[in-house]
Amino acid sequence: MLQVSHISKTFNAGTVNQKQALRDLSLTLKNGDFVTVIGGNGAGKSTLLNAIAGTWLVDEGQILIDGKDVTRLPEHKRAAFLGRVFQDPMNGTAAAMGIEENLALAFRRGDRRTLKGGITAGERKLYREMLSRLGLGLENRLTTKVGLLSGGQRQALTLLMATLKKPKLLLLDEHTAALDPKTAAKVLETTETIVNQDHLTTLMITHNMRDAIHIGNRLIMMSEGRIIYDVAGEEKKNLTVEDLLRKFAEASGEELANDRMMLAN
Amino acid sequence: MMSLINALPGAAAQGLIWGIMAIGVYITYRVLDIADLTVDGSLCTGGAVCIMMMLSGHSVWVSMLGALIAGMATGLATGLLHTFMGIPAILSGILTQLGLWSVNLKIMGKANQAINVDKYDLLVSLRFIRDVPFYQNTIFLVAVVILVLIAILYWFFGTELGCSIRATGCNDKMARAQGINTDFNRVLGLMISNGLVALSGALLAQYQGFADINMGRGAIVIGLAAVIIGEAVFGRIFHNFALHLLSVAVGSIIYYLVLQVVIWRGIDTDLLKLLSAVVVAIFLAIPVWKARYFSRPIKKGGGR
Repeated sequence: MLQVSHISKTFNAGTVNQKQALRDLSLTLKNGDFVTVIGGNGAGKSTLLNAIAGTWLVDEGQILIDGKDVTRLPEHKRAAFLGRVFQDPMNGTAAAMGIEENLALAFRRGDRRTLKGGITAGERKLYREMLSRLGLGLENRLTTKVGLLSGGQRQALTLLMATLKKPKLLLLDEHTAALDPKTAAKVLETTETIVNQDHLTTLMITHNMRDAIHIGNRLIMMSEGRIIYDVAGEEKKNLTVEDLLRKFAEASGEELANDRMMLAN
Repeated sequence: MMSLINALPGAAAQGLIWGIMAIGVYITYRVLDIADLTVDGSLCTGGAVCIMMMLSGHSVWVSMLGALIAGMATGLATGLLHTFMGIPAILSGILTQLGLWSVNLKIMGKANQAINVDKYDLLVSLRFIRDVPFYQNTIFLVAVVILVLIAILYWFFGTELGCSIRATGCNDKMARAQGINTDFNRVLGLMISNGLVALSGALLAQYQGFADINMGRGAIVIGLAAVIIGEAVFGRIFHNFALHLLSVAVGSIIYYLVLQVVIWRGIDTDLLKLLSAVVVAIFLAIPVWKARYFSRPIKKGGGR
């Protein structure tokens, strides 16, 4: 489904701020894979997702989504294959527009925007049904401006928007990190439900190692722009947080001493 | 007092004509979240094209269509400077505006071109304010034009394309993630906006009987003033997009009526632009001050 081969990306090349964010990274995802991504700050996790999404173009390497070479495609064209949820709940939705308008925008991802009505009566029915599955009571607030919703509600809505039109690949960039623990758990639960229902191929960054172990069928650990550990199936299920910490120290030669990750355990 | 009352219909007519421009400013400033300074130039472009086309024998409608298209071309220029060439939006507008000074001079051939209301079949004129049948009255005609424009814009911004433009202005990161070509939409929005501004310039030139190289100076401030006044007066009661546009047009009328009162009170007219700038600056600052000095702590929303 996803084939990333030998991609590299350097930011601010030739300046004092030069940073090689991705180094000759390769990754292949099979159809239906649910991969969790962990790693310290600046390991290149978000950079990897942004490279796939086309936020900017990679310096080297090739990216194939479902066999199609998207390496040179601009962000808005790649969006046809992708569903994305960002860390900041403000980023995934248009605050000044209504819930149904946001969903309608997502419903047309990958289509040409024409002069037809921006939203149809039939869609409204579909949206109401989808929203009721979230269990947040949003189905009765279709015209409410998204800016009035809480962070958790916005993130759940963004998740719905990302999957409303079934994406080839779902990219989740620490999408529960900005939420309080209870809300985060709820959004994560919704994530699993939707991914399992639609058999979506998913790449999820998380800073919570327990989530990384328990969710999905494969786990990759990144450090300094490389994948340093890649584990799947039974072996992954039997992992412990301690194993991961040790693996990190082995592979990178340094402690995974990140306050946020420690606290998350 | 009589002189004030006599001046009011003219002020209302001018306010309405500038209202079309203010709606154009609303589209860039509020919908696209860009302060577009092109308008100072494109207003004159619209007036110049309309007058020159009429002088060379075209009908008033064809000339106004020409003005609209010329205005859209100015928006295209700013849009390409901003997206294709990556120049910040404000600077793009300033560059286009500066360039348009020369273009407008070349269109008119000199700094000022008059048109005789008796010899040409004008749609609006300051002579058509009183003692004409209502269907020839400038106030009535411009009001109808505004309502038609609002209806078209309301329809357009409800379409798939229009919604994607609103999303672009609201959150361009989200828009791109949903497959929206934000660069294209910005250019399109700037074209629509400046088309309206030029149309307003075409009407203004007819109304005052001439196009002048300076007619657009400070237009952006008048447009912003209209947007702000409209929001201040109707913001709490109007929530629909069409009503927002209407409140901008009414804001423009209020601006001109207040201006007329200020002039009647005998203020030095040299100071008018300074006054406008100060008033707009204060109104722009009010929401910032409100948030900074008068905000009550908001209870952070929990899970639901």
